[in-house]
Amino acid sequence: MLVFIIRRSMQSVVVLLVMSLLVFVGVYAVGNPIDILINPQADQAERAQAIASLGLDKPLYAQYFTFLSGALHGDLGKSFVHATSALGLILERMPATMELAISATLIAVVLGIPLGLLAGLKPNGATGRSIMAGSILGFSLPTFWVGLMLIMVFAVELHWLPSNGRGPTTLLFGLIPVSFMSWDGLKHLVLPATNLALFNLALLIRLTRAGTHEALLQDYVKFARAKGLTNSRVIGVHVLRNILIPIVTVIGLQFGALIGFAIVTESVFAWPGMGKLLIDSINFLDRPVIVAYLLVVVFLFILINLVVDILYSALDPRVRITESKG
Amino acid sequence: MIDAAEAITEPVLEVDGLRTHFFTKAGVVKAVDDVSFTVGRGEVLGLVGESGSGKSMTGYSLMGLIDPPGRIVSGSIILDGIEQRTLNAEQQRRMRGNRIAMIFQDPMMTLNPVLRIDVQMIEAILAHKQVTPASARLRAREALSKVGIASPDERLLAYPHQFSGGMRQRVAIAIAMLNRPDLIIADEPTTALDVTIQGQILYEIQKLTRETGTALIWITHDLSVIAGLADRVCVMYAGRIVEQGSCEEVLANPAHPYTRGLLDSVPANNERGQRLKQIPGMTPSLLDLPPGCPFRERCSRATEACEVSPEMRPAGGAGQSVRCFHPLVPVHG
Amino acid sequence: MASPLPVASAPARSVQTPAQRVVADFLANPVAVFGLVLLVLVVLAALFAPLISPQNPYDLAQLDVMDSRLPPGSPAPNGGHFWLGTDDQGRDMLSAIFYGLRISLAVGVISTVCALVIGLTMGLTAAYVGGKFETLVMRIVDIQLSFPAILIALILIAVLGQGTGKVITALVTVQWAYYARTVRSAALVEKRREYMEAARCLALSPSRIVFRHLLPNCLPPMIVVATVQVAAAIALEATLSFLGLGLPITEPSLGLLIANGYQYLLSGKYWISFFPGIALLLTIVSINLVADQLRDVLNPRLQK
Repeated sequence: MLVFIIRRSMQSVVVLLVMSLLVFVGVYAVGNPIDILINPQADQAERAQAIASLGLDKPLYAQYFTFLSGALHGDLGKSFVHATSALGLILERMPATMELAISATLIAVVLGIPLGLLAGLKPNGATGRSIMAGSILGFSLPTFWVGLMLIMVFAVELHWLPSNGRGPTTLLFGLIPVSFMSWDGLKHLVLPATNLALFNLALLIRLTRAGTHEALLQDYVKFARAKGLTNSRVIGVHVLRNILIPIVTVIGLQFGALIGFAIVTESVFAWPGMGKLLIDSINFLDRPVIVAYLLVVVFLFILINLVVDILYSALDPRVRITESKG
Repeated sequence: MIDAAEAITEPVLEVDGLRTHFFTKAGVVKAVDDVSFTVGRGEVLGLVGESGSGKSMTGYSLMGLIDPPGRIVSGSIILDGIEQRTLNAEQQRRMRGNRIAMIFQDPMMTLNPVLRIDVQMIEAILAHKQVTPASARLRAREALSKVGIASPDERLLAYPHQFSGGMRQRVAIAIAMLNRPDLIIADEPTTALDVTIQGQILYEIQKLTRETGTALIWITHDLSVIAGLADRVCVMYAGRIVEQGSCEEVLANPAHPYTRGLLDSVPANNERGQRLKQIPGMTPSLLDLPPGCPFRERCSRATEACEVSPEMRPAGGAGQSVRCFHPLVPVHG
Repeated sequence: MASPLPVASAPARSVQTPAQRVVADFLANPVAVFGLVLLVLVVLAALFAPLISPQNPYDLAQLDVMDSRLPPGSPAPNGGHFWLGTDDQGRDMLSAIFYGLRISLAVGVISTVCALVIGLTMGLTAAYVGGKFETLVMRIVDIQLSFPAILIALILIAVLGQGTGKVITALVTVQWAYYARTVRSAALVEKRREYMEAARCLALSPSRIVFRHLLPNCLPPMIVVATVQVAAAIALEATLSFLGLGLPITEPSLGLLIANGYQYLLSGKYWISFFPGIALLLTIVSINLVADQLRDVLNPRLQK
């Protein structure tokens, strides 16, 4: 198992390096790094100084090393707009996005798996069909529009929930600012988290239903019933354990997608996360922040992929045992 | 085999007029059509037929494992003196794996690949008996040794894919015997295994059922398996039993033309170089079967009389009966 | 929970061509028919927008700022009504929606077709040629598909700048990977079939083998993916436009209309965002319904 983790980690590092190379090439070779990294409002002297300090007059491979070493030290350039470290800006906003993404995942899992199970057990009944119809809606509705509708219904018409922003934050573990620990914070979290959760919810419902439907046709279910096990055990243990494995993988991989979709939700709800920062930066042409965002996101994605791979092999005994032999 | 004293006691299973139909969009499939037989205590009954004859469906019907679009339409199943069809779902569940157990054909698919062997065995015990998990584990361990699996403690902690096909089937047998059922239904348990392993499994099951006095219904398409194993045999065709009787009688003097055909089509050593005998035609579709004897299209003895469905009538040796208007042995009474 | 069905052969059916069977199976599901009807209506509305719109919303001469932000049902100056209200420039929402549908659909379809052609070619070639080329292409596909589409699109817009052509480029770049992957999987399966061996034995030219033999058999899953992707492309373009990074104001798609109305949402003038949203919704849902049924109908594993 340890061998497996080490091997996968090494692969991930390689992918990370390749991606950093791609970003580097995109910024320094394809794009004009002078435009991207140096504030367009800088005058000649400042520009010359910046070019020298960024090493933009050196050959490309040297620039790549500078770029890499800068990245390892947490220096990905300075934001044009905020005049502080681009990476710092992003890290500052990460807890907000993470909170949103984790809440959305929780909602999708807690609602999606039971609903999908139900739909899989009674595929032809009214419950099953309506759940599936609902899931099609969850796919089809563009996230931003659902967000708008949620605001319209719950904030404007009903006045139950606030229409934008993040609630007051408290420090979790004394380090990470989270907003769900206060009632007001929770109220602000509900709408954007639900909005973000919808796509995943629909996905999970469909996956769970398909998995349940397929699992029920398997011989081991027949055998379990032939042993005289109760229905709840057959479904709760035999079926669930089988379908959970691919579902957990999907949930993990979708977490990365959530970070992407969060860009839209954060814009609709003015939620101060990384995504909103990205949109603002694109609008203000604050390119160092865009570059920093890209690298952070790439890093996160690779990390997520790694964790999911390890989790998958931990859950599926067939994979685990062959891996440990290899 | 059975001795006279046991034969007098009440049979462990009495099936009468069982009909299981599947109501599909294409029509009604009469998978099991008026099947009746009894199984005595400790007896081995062979249920023989080709695929599509309804033999497996009979087994599932006895276990109560028929799901929509199929259901048991009529008939009675009396197990241990209790009419199964009057039981509710929970009562039926208590019978399954407890008084009546089943061994399936493909051991690869019947064990859940993501659960450990001990979990799958212990749950079978705990579903029916209020014992501590520790004592259930002990019982599971004993059951594994009984079926000839070495180092049972290690094996209990293993997963199904770590076993070979033959060993998985042994585990399935062990599970079936865990709660000391009165009757075990074995649905082609050796078909999916290598020929060398087949013999071992056959022997294993035989030995165990004889030791414990468990009755056995052995479902198969292979007559040669039945020959050394069963006390009595039922031959099925198109959802009906066409012949029953003691194994010796039926194999030596078959009454039904189909049984004769089956026996003849088994290649024998003294026929080398000669053409293999076949029953002409194909097994009929069970969908909307026309009335009359289902075998008549392929039978050399068929006449107009066969357009009416024959009933089971005693014929030939003691305890033998046949469903045919032109049987190969004389009919009594 | 199902016990296995007993072996029973089906009665012979009257002979239908595969195309007829597909159509018949498709029409058997009322939900799918509903989706199809809806889709046809949407497409017709888009095609005939100039004819059916009460007003040309982009002809500045016809607009009057005094008409702005009127609620649905308000009377219009030249008789008739603003059935769905007006936006902040005095544009009739109904007309704006029809014209917006045109643009949304056009962008969606164009980008899908381009992505389809590119993805198809890459995927088929990769499957046929195999070796290092295939590995390289598939690696790129895998990496691209592991990132959410919106992120890739945003970064491309950030790099390329804004404008209709650039939006379409972004959409195409995001989508081609799906087609490449789908067609390659299908092609790999088909490659092993006997008719491919036969074609190779006949020494047919590679392009002939690929296009005349391999391609037609890989089409069914492609049709399903393409249909779903049109909806996805439309949704993505709408999202980009909503974020202000999509089509320019001169080509107002439904996304832009919704974006325009965003600021008025909190003051209760919901119709400026709501109705274009409904139009978008109907378009996407109808496409997805049709695609769902197509998937079931064309899936060989579900054939009886």
